[in-house]
Amino acid sequence: MAKGGIVAGCLAPHPPHLVYAENPEQNEPVSEGGWEQLRWGYERLRESLKDVDYDVIVILSPHWQTYVGTHFIGVEKCSSKSVDPVFPNLFRFNYDLTIDVELAKAIHDQAKSEGMSVKMMTNPDFRVDYGTIVSCHMVRPEWDKPIVSISSNRSLSYYSVEVMQEMMIELGKSTAKAIEESGKKCLLIASNSLSHRHFVTETNPPEDMSKEHITSHAMHLWDMRMIEMMREGKSQQIINEMPEFCEQAIAETDGGALTWLLSAMGVPSEPAILHGYGTIIGTGNAIMEWPCRNWGA
Amino acid sequence: MSGEIVKSLIVPAHPHPVLCPEKNEGWQRVRDAYDDARRQIEESDADLIIVYSTLWPSVIGHQIQADPNPEWVMVDADFHDLGSIHYSLRIDTEFAEAWNQANINRGLESRTVSYHGFPVDVGSVVALELLNPDNRIPAVICSTNVYSNRAETTVLAKACMDVVKAQGKKAVAVSVMSLSNRMFTEPIEPHEDRIHSLKDDEWNRKILEFLSEGRLEDVGQLSRTIHDQIRVKKVVAFKPMWWLSAMNDNRNDLTGEVLAYEPIHGAGAAVVVLNPESNGTGDKEYDEDDVDFYGGDRNVLDSDKDAEPKQPINSGPALYDPVEGANAVNTSKAPKPVGAYPHARREGDLIYLSGVGPRQPGDNSIPGGPIKDSNGNPLNYDIKAQTRAVVDNIARILEEAGSSLDKVIDVTSFLVDMDRDFSGYNEVWAETLGKVGPTRTTLAIRALPTPIAVEMKVIAKA
Ligand SMILES: [Fe+2]
Repeated sequence: MAKGGIVAGCLAPHPPHLVYAENPEQNEPVSEGGWEQLRWGYERLRESLKDVDYDVIVILSPHWQTYVGTHFIGVEKCSSKSVDPVFPNLFRFNYDLTIDVELAKAIHDQAKSEGMSVKMMTNPDFRVDYGTIVSCHMVRPEWDKPIVSISSNRSLSYYSVEVMQEMMIELGKSTAKAIEESGKKCLLIASNSLSHRHFVTETNPPEDMSKEHITSHAMHLWDMRMIEMMREGKSQQIINEMPEFCEQAIAETDGGALTWLLSAMGVPSEPAILHGYGTIIGTGNAIMEWPCRNWGA
Repeated sequence: MSGEIVKSLIVPAHPHPVLCPEKNEGWQRVRDAYDDARRQIEESDADLIIVYSTLWPSVIGHQIQADPNPEWVMVDADFHDLGSIHYSLRIDTEFAEAWNQANINRGLESRTVSYHGFPVDVGSVVALELLNPDNRIPAVICSTNVYSNRAETTVLAKACMDVVKAQGKKAVAVSVMSLSNRMFTEPIEPHEDRIHSLKDDEWNRKILEFLSEGRLEDVGQLSRTIHDQIRVKKVVAFKPMWWLSAMNDNRNDLTGEVLAYEPIHGAGAAVVVLNPESNGTGDKEYDEDDVDFYGGDRNVLDSDKDAEPKQPINSGPALYDPVEGANAVNTSKAPKPVGAYPHARREGDLIYLSGVGPRQPGDNSIPGGPIKDSNGNPLNYDIKAQTRAVVDNIARILEEAGSSLDKVIDVTSFLVDMDRDFSGYNEVWAETLGKVGPTRTTLAIRALPTPIAVEMKVIAKA
């Protein structure tokens, strides 16, 4: 069997506003659009990935939060309605997706053999989190690729950003190893925003772009700094500065997705492409791509 | 008709007591305690269960469930292997909408949610499944805002109590929460369960000692310390005690009973019942701000000018101390006059009251909300709440004069919007002064000096 590999990695933020603004048939609410800068960014990402050959999307989302280790969906056919508990007015999405249980189990087993706390999720009533759905929809609206869905282990809550990163670096390595052994070509997605301080009021309509901006200058500076480092291939520096970034920008990278992604790709020194940046209800969101090649070991 | 909290509960959130109590003696004891609490609710005259769940975080202010019948299958994010809980809840939508409006009246960002498939959080599902399995009593569920502080949480409770009182509810207030919330980060066998650390256990026991003594406000005031000591910073902090204490008028002399305290996967799971009967221990020590309106930094989308509290506390004309003339009757328990006159005047066997509105003594706030903002833009307001507040103010002035509401003999009422408000005003009248039987005249007028919709002029026997 040929070696599998990671063919590309993406930072693909998941605010439900983006799907809401796209008006796909699966989503119940209807919008007048909005957040075009980011949605055009996703368009450029999709265009860039168009000719990339991959079998599976492997995604880590901070909205499946687990405190007892890292979990993997182990149910092949998942179909239900995902309603965002925070923005139910924007996101009520009827999904029907396929999980690559075999690869999920392989990553699970690899992580377990490395001593990590992991668990397969086999309850058929489980609803897939909206972060996973939004990012997957924006990256691949055809929904024709199976998915490996990895939970966000909230080890940060128990320990520190440093410990969280140690665990995510391990998980990233296990992910890369299992992918390699699987013979599958994978697209990796870290599903998260950058700075993450929200407005606590909503405009009417929510897509009123005259009120959309970053919550504070400090958040902007941090977002630009992170984007610059990604564009310059300074992955190790991103990992080094992650504790300060998480603390000072209340960043959604605290869920571990970005660290996991960078680790799985071997902490790349190659530059990432910025496809778009914009704010959503005050939070900072960048769409980045580490383009096609054999990352990792 | 006056509403009240007939019982307050602190209950744990994890699904084990629903799905597998038999696997661990402690989980079974939590289940038994839940069943005991359910029986206590059934034996009370409760007609509403109000749930504040720490497992439903919100960003846009607070969210209140307003789907009359939320139904779905709940699977816990961590404990999915224990099984699923099919829920079908009965929500008091009228209360939910009124609470939402009351939140807005008190300056809070708030909205109701009513969407098919909305994922009701595990804490609310577990609590209602065990406390109200047959939906005999309608419920209302409120989120926890991830950014809210004590002031915001306190005002949320006060807004809730505005509606409990206005609707005459006999309500059970439920905080769904763990005490210490540090779980084991590895899977464990049921028989291995214990409180995660000795420190957590000691803090939990101290909290429960306070609660068993009915010292709810003390626990509220310790919330920040407790959060620092034994709470893993998950989505929300140790806020529910602020809410529960404010729901109980920040009292420290309730009657408390701890029905269970056990570990669930390392976290502290307690079932505590607090009854409003005073335990007789007397004074509370109360040293936090008593906030009635929220005017914090939450309106971040608005310009500075718009960011004023939605109901400025001292709006309207200048206030006067009541005039101490001959035979004057004045009290600090009634709102300050807007001119140089007394609250009332005794002449022979009769007491003549100056016109009484709904403004509250002290902060000058208007129950049910003002009829317009400081720019003159009309606001939605609750005429029934305003009318009740008028009657309460009349009662307080009469009591100061040694009289009482049942000695009122003649009333002239003034409404600024007869078409909109007459029926609501009339309803409250029937429940209150209508039962006493004074003569009554109701007039429509163009305006009153403050942004209120109703005022009454009263003559009573001394
Ligand atoms: Fe998010």
